[in-house]
Amino acid sequence: MSDVFFTRADKLAARKVAGEIVILRADDSSLYVLNPVASAVWEAADGRTPLDAVVRDVICRDYDVDAETALRDATELLAALSAQGLLRTSDQPLPAADQAPPHGAGA
Amino acid sequence: MQVPATVVVDVGDVPVALSTGDAALATVLQRRFHRFLTSSTAPAFHFDITVIPDEAAENADGDRDEDLQVRAEGGLWRLRRGDFRAEWDPETRRGWIRQRLSPYAADSVLRIVHTLLLSRARGFLLHASSVVRNGKAFLFTGPSGAGKTTIARLAPADAVVLTDEISYVRRVGGRYIAYGTPFAGELSDSGEPVSAPVAAVFGLAWAPDPSHERLAEAAAVQMLMRNILFFASDPALTGHLLETACDFAGAVPAFRLAFAPDARVWSTIS
Repeated sequence: MSDVFFTRADKLAARKVAGEIVILRADDSSLYVLNPVASAVWEAADGRTPLDAVVRDVICRDYDVDAETALRDATELLAALSAQGLLRTSDQPLPAADQAPPHGAGA
Repeated sequence: MQVPATVVVDVGDVPVALSTGDAALATVLQRRFHRFLTSSTAPAFHFDITVIPDEAAENADGDRDEDLQVRAEGGLWRLRRGDFRAEWDPETRRGWIRQRLSPYAADSVLRIVHTLLLSRARGFLLHASSVVRNGKAFLFTGPSGAGKTTIARLAPADAVVLTDEISYVRRVGGRYIAYGTPFAGELSDSGEPVSAPVAAVFGLAWAPDPSHERLAEAAAVQMLMRNILFFASDPALTGHLLETACDFAGAVPAFRLAFAPDARVWSTIS
């Protein structure tokens, strides 16, 4: 499987609230609350770290799950977040989104 | 020649002057905002209002039922709806309103101006009734029909209703303060022009017996964002708004409150 790189979409505001990422889309005011695993993926979305590295170094480290299952679930999660317009994916490294880090409000 | 009359409406300690040469509109505005009038000679913002006849409005501007549009263009905010047009320059703090003879256009412009101001001042307008009791403000939020007005009317005699429809909340000196507002529905009355620190916010639901449960912070943010008034799809303002909602949810306890329309509910609140 080739590397999958991912970064946050533009025009989102995001903030970490009690361990969960809350995302607000500026264009239609849709609000999303990510669970802790999805929040970990979101926080790792720097456009440079491939998904399998995030699964190995973050998810398998912090959660009791085998690498194969974690990668399958993370791939589905990435597809869902991309379909919602919250993340962008590519088989090449991506520039970081024009937004603030998850602890602040982004533009 | 008619001498312009100026009505200064103070909501949340922000006085906004409304000037008009139309004596009938001046009377309408004085009645609408009577509890919130101030004699301030240094209002924070000033609007000049021109009244246009219904027929002229129909001919010039089209659809009476046109939905509200709020746009930022060239440093100006432009507002339009079926019954008014308005423009506002945040730099000069002046603007104008062209509207039909009714209190609702100026009322709407004031709501929009306050939402835009509050978004940069760690505050918001919330679809909520708010009531002060024992020096603490309690907010009750939800969509139309959730019971906002009902719970305010059930409040004990020693309580003061800040509003039964639109709550005004702003962070002041490290605390969130709720202020009374004149923003009322067509069949309800203005709130009282007082303020108090917010002790709790409740999301309303109907049930035979009163009960409440604490919401997690993320759920509280969801509840707030569903009910905060916001009119502009401006990315920077949206970011400020989420920031404020998250900060508020971390500072003020939020609950889901199930209640039936009887006064027992206030024993669970206090």
